[in-house]
Amino acid sequence: MTAPNPEGLRLQVDMIKCVGHASCFELLPERVSLDEWGFPIIETDPLPQHLVAHARRAVAACPTLALRVDGKVARVR
Amino acid sequence: MTIMLERGARQGGQGRQRRQGTLPRLLAGGRKLPEHRATYGQIPLRRFAGEDGRRMLVRAITEAGLRGRGGAGFPTGRKMTSVAAGAKRPVVIANGCESEPASRKDKMLMACAPHLVLDGAVLAAHAVGADRVYVCVERGTSIADRLEREIAHRDDPVRWKLVRVPRRYVSSEESALVHLINDGDGRPMAAPPRPFEKGVAGRPTLVDNVETLAHVALIAGYGPGWFREVGTRNDPGSTLVTVGGAVARPNVYEIAPGMRLGEVIEAAGGAVEPIGAVLVGGYFGTWVPMPDGWGLPLSHDRTGPLGTSLGSGGIVALPAQSCGLAETARVVRYLAEESAQQCGPCMFGLPAIATDLAAVAYGRCDPATRQRLTRRMAQVKGRGACRHPDGATRLATSALATFADDVETHMDGWTCTGVSRDPVLPLPDRRHRDRSWK
Ligand SMILES: Cc1cc2nc3c(=O)[nH]c(=O)nc-3n(C[C@H](O)[C@H](O)[C@H](O)COP(=O)(O)O)c2cc1C
Ligand code: SF4
Ligand code: SF4
Repeated sequence: MTAPNPEGLRLQVDMIKCVGHASCFELLPERVSLDEWGFPIIETDPLPQHLVAHARRAVAACPTLALRVDGKVARVR
Repeated sequence: MTIMLERGARQGGQGRQRRQGTLPRLLAGGRKLPEHRATYGQIPLRRFAGEDGRRMLVRAITEAGLRGRGGAGFPTGRKMTSVAAGAKRPVVIANGCESEPASRKDKMLMACAPHLVLDGAVLAAHAVGADRVYVCVERGTSIADRLEREIAHRDDPVRWKLVRVPRRYVSSEESALVHLINDGDGRPMAAPPRPFEKGVAGRPTLVDNVETLAHVALIAGYGPGWFREVGTRNDPGSTLVTVGGAVARPNVYEIAPGMRLGEVIEAAGGAVEPIGAVLVGGYFGTWVPMPDGWGLPLSHDRTGPLGTSLGSGGIVALPAQSCGLAETARVVRYLAEESAQQCGPCMFGLPAIATDLAAVAYGRCDPATRQRLTRRMAQVKGRGACRHPDGATRLATSALATFADDVETHMDGWTCTGVSRDPVLPLPDRRHRDRSWK
């Protein structure tokens, strides 16, 4: 069940757009937890295939369009 | 190779003889264009003429192994290659803001060798095919005016624009500079896209530190082999450091990476009182315990148990009598105040961490505070749009490790006398900190 999706899609958040308090956490607790200030801590490794559709639903539900599902890595560290 | 000379030890007027592995390289020239040309010669644009020449120049920078001097140590040739590969005509930003309070090497370089920086910017623009260079410097100083006057004496194939950047710690981050130039807002932006993909006016944008650009000029003039005569295999060339704190001769020094921390302290005249620790890499850096850390080789590669790197080159020697926890609490409070307040973890996390650190430093510390502090640092790291929270938590994490004995003492309810000493780590005067982001 946990095989990563073949396209390497990841759930990522734009922290500048995110306002916290957390519909993504409710929709996708498998990949999202909350910090003590109510902001999402997102698991950004490639999504398992069975969660891709759920992740897209969380993206659609985010009120500030802060979430995305794509193959790009936001930060090179 | 560990040669070091002070800025005062000038060797001007040697023309092209600078082909040996001696230092200084960067601070050997003159402030004015004629002196500069006498020391370093003409800008070698002809040698790299045309599309083939442009590629040759990028190859030379890559072979030289030059790494960014703005903090992260990213390979400059690789960044140039990405920028040049974009579809649109690129833009160059010379980052001379130096918002780091523990560093003044960029300001010194721009004052002592402005034309080396400008030559480097012209060459970098040629290397990526750019026709515009934005020179970004701190607002409210005379640097921009002086550079503008020097630029007026030059005849370059680029259009120059001086940008006066708000005096905020994070406004000199690369996406913040792009944001300021595009929209007049000096706050960092979220990635993607990163500036090298889509920056000023939507064009691929090469953001390089001004010292990096000065090295570009030297490599173009003297070649990658010459560049590699000093430094380490992974981190070649010379590099500027700002040494401060309890040393006899606080100043900017040009050193070769690989030099040991203790040797750097000695080169700055040695300690004027017993030193307990040294901060390496400015306020995104790490505390190194002394004398244990004496032999630590400094470069842009992370080394030692705390992942120490030269970073922005700020080095501060802390007297054993001072309290490293109090010093760190004060600087982390400053960094928290300097947050652009855009990302939750940075906006709420950094002040919370600063408050916990102050509790540890001033003896209102218990095991729960320390636990919470450790948890908060792990939570904040890597979660901002820019690396501001990562830098602040790196500093705080290294303080807890290096001053672990002090933490224990403070937890037992003892406050050491160090907290009442005058602070050693420099912070900008409040009057010199802008409130606005415009
Ligand atoms: C909060 C923050 C502040 C920064 N301030 C500076 C600065 O004052 N000067 C600088 O050259 N780079 C600064 N940087 C790094 C720049 O974002 C960028 O990486 C650098 O200018 C690239 O040049 P380099 O590759 O030559 O090092 C800062 C980064 C962050 C995260
Ligand atoms: S739903 Fe959007 S705004 Fe809300 S916490 Fe998640 S990412 Fe942030
Ligand atoms: S991490 Fe902090 S400083 Fe960086 S963009 Fe977000 S709020 Fe601003």
